[in-house]
Amino acid sequence: MTLRMPEPDAATLARRDEIVAALRAIVPGEGVIDDPAALRPYETDGLTAYRQTPLVVVLPETTEQVSAILAWCHAHNVKVVPRGSGTSLSGGALPLADAVLLGLSKFNRVLDIDYADRLAVVQPGVTNLAVTRAVEDAGFYYAPDPSSQIACSIGGNVAENSGGVHCLKYGLTTNNVLGAEIVLMDGEVIRVGGRQLDPPGLDLIGIVVGSEGLLGVVTEVTVRILPKPETARALLIGFPTVESAGQCVADTIGAGIIPAGMEMMDALAVQAAEAFVGVGYPLDVAALLIVELDGVAAECDHLLDEVAGIARVNGAVSLRISQSEEERVAFWAGRKAAFPAVGRIAPDYYCMDGTIPRRRLPDVLERMEALSRQYGLGVANVFHAGDGNLHPLILYDANVPGELDRAEAFGNDILRLCVEVGGVLTGEHGVGVEKRDLMPEMFSETDLKYQQRVKCAFDPDLLLNPGKVFPQLHRCAELGRMHVHRGQLPFAELPRF
Amino acid sequence: MATRPALRPTHEDELADIITDAARDGTPLMLAAGGTKSAIGAETAARAIDLTGFSGVVDYDPAELVLTVRAGTRLTDVEALVCEQGQMLAFEPFDHGPIFGIPVGLATIGGVIAAGVAGSQRLSSGGARDHLLGFRAVSGRGEPFVAGAKVVKNVTGYDLPKLATGSWGRLFAMTELTLKVLPRPREWVTLVLHGLDPARATAAMAAALGCPADVAAAAHIPAMLRSGPSLTAFRLQGFGPSVAARKTMLTARLASFGELVALDADDGTIWGDLASLRLLPVGRPLWRVNAPPSRGPEIAAAVEALGGDWLFDWAGGLVWIACDATPCLIREAAIQAGGHAMLIRASAAMRADTPAFHPLAPAISSLEARLRRAFDPSGVFETGRF
Repeated sequence: MTLRMPEPDAATLARRDEIVAALRAIVPGEGVIDDPAALRPYETDGLTAYRQTPLVVVLPETTEQVSAILAWCHAHNVKVVPRGSGTSLSGGALPLADAVLLGLSKFNRVLDIDYADRLAVVQPGVTNLAVTRAVEDAGFYYAPDPSSQIACSIGGNVAENSGGVHCLKYGLTTNNVLGAEIVLMDGEVIRVGGRQLDPPGLDLIGIVVGSEGLLGVVTEVTVRILPKPETARALLIGFPTVESAGQCVADTIGAGIIPAGMEMMDALAVQAAEAFVGVGYPLDVAALLIVELDGVAAECDHLLDEVAGIARVNGAVSLRISQSEEERVAFWAGRKAAFPAVGRIAPDYYCMDGTIPRRRLPDVLERMEALSRQYGLGVANVFHAGDGNLHPLILYDANVPGELDRAEAFGNDILRLCVEVGGVLTGEHGVGVEKRDLMPEMFSETDLKYQQRVKCAFDPDLLLNPGKVFPQLHRCAELGRMHVHRGQLPFAELPRF
Repeated sequence: MATRPALRPTHEDELADIITDAARDGTPLMLAAGGTKSAIGAETAARAIDLTGFSGVVDYDPAELVLTVRAGTRLTDVEALVCEQGQMLAFEPFDHGPIFGIPVGLATIGGVIAAGVAGSQRLSSGGARDHLLGFRAVSGRGEPFVAGAKVVKNVTGYDLPKLATGSWGRLFAMTELTLKVLPRPREWVTLVLHGLDPARATAAMAAALGCPADVAAAAHIPAMLRSGPSLTAFRLQGFGPSVAARKTMLTARLASFGELVALDADDGTIWGDLASLRLLPVGRPLWRVNAPPSRGPEIAAAVEALGGDWLFDWAGGLVWIACDATPCLIREAAIQAGGHAMLIRASAAMRADTPAFHPLAPAISSLEARLRRAFDPSGVFETGRF
């Protein structure tokens, strides 16, 4: 718990009754939660090391209510934290003591499905998987598939630009969203993007996706849906070294093949997964690769042969090709259960999310091993191998004094290492509070100020989800300062903040 | 109208100094490179900055699917480089030169990104926005900064590359771009249906895109632009056995629309024709309308009623229009179909009166203005062009 959140505003805390009453006037009945026991379920998200009881929770059901809530909070200088399903792994929905927690869980309807234009219009509280469920009978699906897809919401996916195991081929959320209805902090309702491919002006939907709830509250999302591939088959390939597995990945892409999914697990992760689900993973390998190919049957057959050949050239010691849908699902079962499986071999684990250029993998794993010895904490690795997105799982015991802090320090060193080799702090989990203070590792103060100025264009009073993403809050007026020449602003007629 | 010669910086510091000075003096700057899109938007007296001095490859590792290149590098050079490694820019960018009677080959990668240019394959592979991973730029404050990253998967901080794509030089001057590249398909085939009307053609394209044949591109050229029946074209690409299987699948799927015929490789120029737009009459204003694909036929009917010509790309979601009608009538047709219209080619007089960009809702327009001020507080990139 090394991160500090902004000091709660005493005046806001003192006005709690007034704020609750104002919210009740907008959202009647059970939509406003202020009972301390009932607030407990909202005190954390998927980053469970951080907890904070919110000032009050409000669960609106209409865009008008969201607009009225934000307008009131804006007028009364009250902070707001938006929340979808609360599955963020970076603390994006972590409440603040002096902020209204705005939950979108009641926005749970699929509004329109248009197969001719291959899109679905959904409310933000609809779960990721529910979008696929709504269109699968017609042979379609929604491509991004974060591991939490059974629970995570589309609104949260938009906020975090969520990925999944298939995003090398099918893209992240941003590549699969066409438009959205958004409420700005002052209550203004805007529509960005639409039902067509390109927006009419600046790509505003593009900047909103992945903005981690800092720019606006999403109240409706238009997503692209795709025809479900005819077939999907997988290879399960064991390698004697991480280097040979990494070379197999590089050679596969070098052969012009973009698999639907390409996942790597190290020995510790393989052993934990096999002990947990018992799907027949080889236990004598240093790295296990799952390569999934999808498309028409002829394409899968052709590429399965090609990938198998590449694997053999790279010294694969075991190789299985799924012969049935059950077998393909079994290959994935261990990978999909990797996190809980690792959770069985240590009391707690901390999941990291850096991306590196793939060619640096052996080097990064070696240095991670050295860090593991230095911190005295184990680490298991699962890895979206195709796009270089690492998920090291640091093993620790929160009941041992100091171990959580050590796990966090170890994790921070891993992320610094990712940046040092040319990679990034987060591939798909978001910055949130978790990586907030590491942002200067990747961006200069000048770089960060340009990102903050975007924030200022949407929310000049910095009331929406403060304390996330940016390590240092600059007031917008300060960021907007410009050179004044002989007492005159150039282009004096232009609108400014 | 620009009377002074363009400034051609070759280093970021030099560019930063130019912008700082111009911002201080209140001299607006128009960012340019190949000049292939300079005739889009109103003519401007702004000082031109020629960014072709920022040229060359910075880093290219084909196995990482990442290319970093300076913004003024010619598109042809970038495409040749990735082609040599069996890769491509999957958004299929194209050169606007031929649309304006400018020789092929001057377009730069920076211009393509700044204008968000994507070709027929945008339908299946995403647009320029989906392939820009990161950039270096100099802001309207004269400050160099970086955004995004040089790996294919990244969500660290705001996705500023999305704002950069399609910004048309109104936010900052990009000097270096990091792009996602993808393997080039081994084989292609173009399959066509003949004689469909716009509604049937759109339905056929929707049926094709709605089945797992993995159609890469779909376009429709009406009879009035051809010396023959209308042409509805589909492109399949990938590995040989896969293309063959999908051809069979698509033929069965589209049986009710007519006989699906493979074009000879030499006849496969239709995709090039769609980029050069040479099928549309050159003497008329050219519009680009983006709308939901199913609404394409409504737009086509409206344009025909106004005496104009049109063709569909992106399965009907992109309608290119050559029409002499009053701009507000074209824009109204786009709005009625749930889309928007950009004026691409017109006389200087028409461009002086008609904004190139589709008018935005007031709330969006003021948000855009605030975003422009975020990167360009003094308005040095406000040239009056848009």
